[in-house]
Amino acid sequence: MADQLINQLLWPIIFILCITVPLIIAVAMFVYWERKVIGWMHVRMGPNKIGPFGLLQAFADVVKLLIKEVILPTKANRALYYLAPLLALIPALAAWAVVPFSSKMVLSNANAGVLYLLAMTSMGVYGIILAGWASNSRYALLGAMRSAAQVISYELAMGLCLVCVLVLAGSLNLTDIVNAQAGHKGLFDWFWLPLLPVFVIYFISGVAETNRAPFDVAEGESEIVAGFHVEYSGSAFAIFFLAEYANMILVSFLAAILFMGGWLSPFPDTWGFIGQGGFIWLFIKAFLFAFMFLWFRATFPRYRYDQIMRLGWKVFIPIAIVWVLVAGCMKYYGLVTIGTGV
Amino acid sequence: MNPQLFQLICFYAFGFVTVTAALSVITLRNTVHAVLALVLTFFSAACLWMLLDAEFLALALIVVYVGAVMVLFLFVVMMLDIDQEKMREGFVKFLPVGLIVAAAMLVEMLGLIGVRAMHMQVMGADPAAAAGTSNTAWLGHALYTQYLLPFEVAALILTVGVVAAVALTLRQRADARYESASQQVKVNPRDRVRLVKMAAERPVDESPVPPQESKS
Repeated sequence: MADQLINQLLWPIIFILCITVPLIIAVAMFVYWERKVIGWMHVRMGPNKIGPFGLLQAFADVVKLLIKEVILPTKANRALYYLAPLLALIPALAAWAVVPFSSKMVLSNANAGVLYLLAMTSMGVYGIILAGWASNSRYALLGAMRSAAQVISYELAMGLCLVCVLVLAGSLNLTDIVNAQAGHKGLFDWFWLPLLPVFVIYFISGVAETNRAPFDVAEGESEIVAGFHVEYSGSAFAIFFLAEYANMILVSFLAAILFMGGWLSPFPDTWGFIGQGGFIWLFIKAFLFAFMFLWFRATFPRYRYDQIMRLGWKVFIPIAIVWVLVAGCMKYYGLVTIGTGV
Repeated sequence: MNPQLFQLICFYAFGFVTVTAALSVITLRNTVHAVLALVLTFFSAACLWMLLDAEFLALALIVVYVGAVMVLFLFVVMMLDIDQEKMREGFVKFLPVGLIVAAAMLVEMLGLIGVRAMHMQVMGADPAAAAGTSNTAWLGHALYTQYLLPFEVAALILTVGVVAAVALTLRQRADARYESASQQVKVNPRDRVRLVKMAAERPVDESPVPPQESKS
């Protein structure tokens, strides 16, 4: 009885903590890295006062946010106002359950992993809408409308990109998808090559879906102050912040897993030590994608709202639909080697 | 704790949440709360399906209904300015009609369940488990081989629905002014801005006046 209890409850909880706690610390360090990188790109120093090289800045910010008061606006809907940050955070963390870090390291090797990811990411939008509605503020409501419309639109393009990957890999299981990209040619075996347009669309949609620059009209400081979380302060705001950055890291990991071979090495497997796969490769790839989020933010001006919608509906979705057919043909005529190709 | 017992407890927990949420959809006064209760209903129904190993259906329910349909519901409800008192006025007047409809539906469903119960066992063996594949793979295989024609007909009907919805709502107002984004994208910056090359400084021709020595 006690044995089974430990097996069924205690170990999963420990594994979950092994993913979420490093994730939260990674978010803190990512925020620091973002400020540092954007500072360098602006020829500034970035945070450099707290701790060596300013490394403790993010933790100081967390402490500051946690000890601040959470203010409830007048006539706000109390229950939903407090529920909204949690509804944003829970799907962002829950999605990590199916992310494989290496061939053996995965919390839940679910058969329908990709579907589960889609389900979780599509639920994050409730936190945004409810935050906008419950805070009884026009700016917040406008930001929520923009954000939700954008998330739903780009989710379609993202889903079609995933369909291309599924067609080639023939599985919904993320571990199987990575294994399908294994081969002797290293990085030329990965799906980014046959699915190049879709790979680009996927990552841009990921940027749009997390409401990051240049698609951050949902925040639009010059128009609607800060969007859906304008009324939030203290720890409630910190939770929105955490959810947004956790989602960015998730999109980076997924781009690495779905198109860039996950934990596989970019070098041919005959190259000995560096030709072997390992979770370090996944982290390097995900870091590069996460870095691109920051690079975009420091580089591009904000898109206009109607152009965001046009890009999603009239450019990305048609290309992705066509590429589903192309991927089907590639698979049917055996133009892409799936797996190690033996 | 044996797995069967755990599954049973989960079933009753999810079932309780589903029924409670479904009841609160029709009893809650705040429409936004009612929509959220409906979301909870869908979600816990998806959890129930997950218990039956119907993972594809469960996740598709969440992706389609929770992730898309209910978000649009929420949009509409949030934008409506509903007068709660007016909504409740017709309650007594429409109560008999509502009761008749509810009773008719109950009888129909009981009849359907009864007829089906006579012909088949309550729960057949899971065909996916019998085929030795995952639920999603089996479902995909069945949809694209055995049920290809109904599947394509359903797809066609949905497409017609989409086209009809667009055709019904797409109206161009004659006096509306809009910008064509594709034309804007095609703009060449050279047509808009003329860059003129010129020296950064203009050389001064006259030599500066030498400061006059003050005679003191």
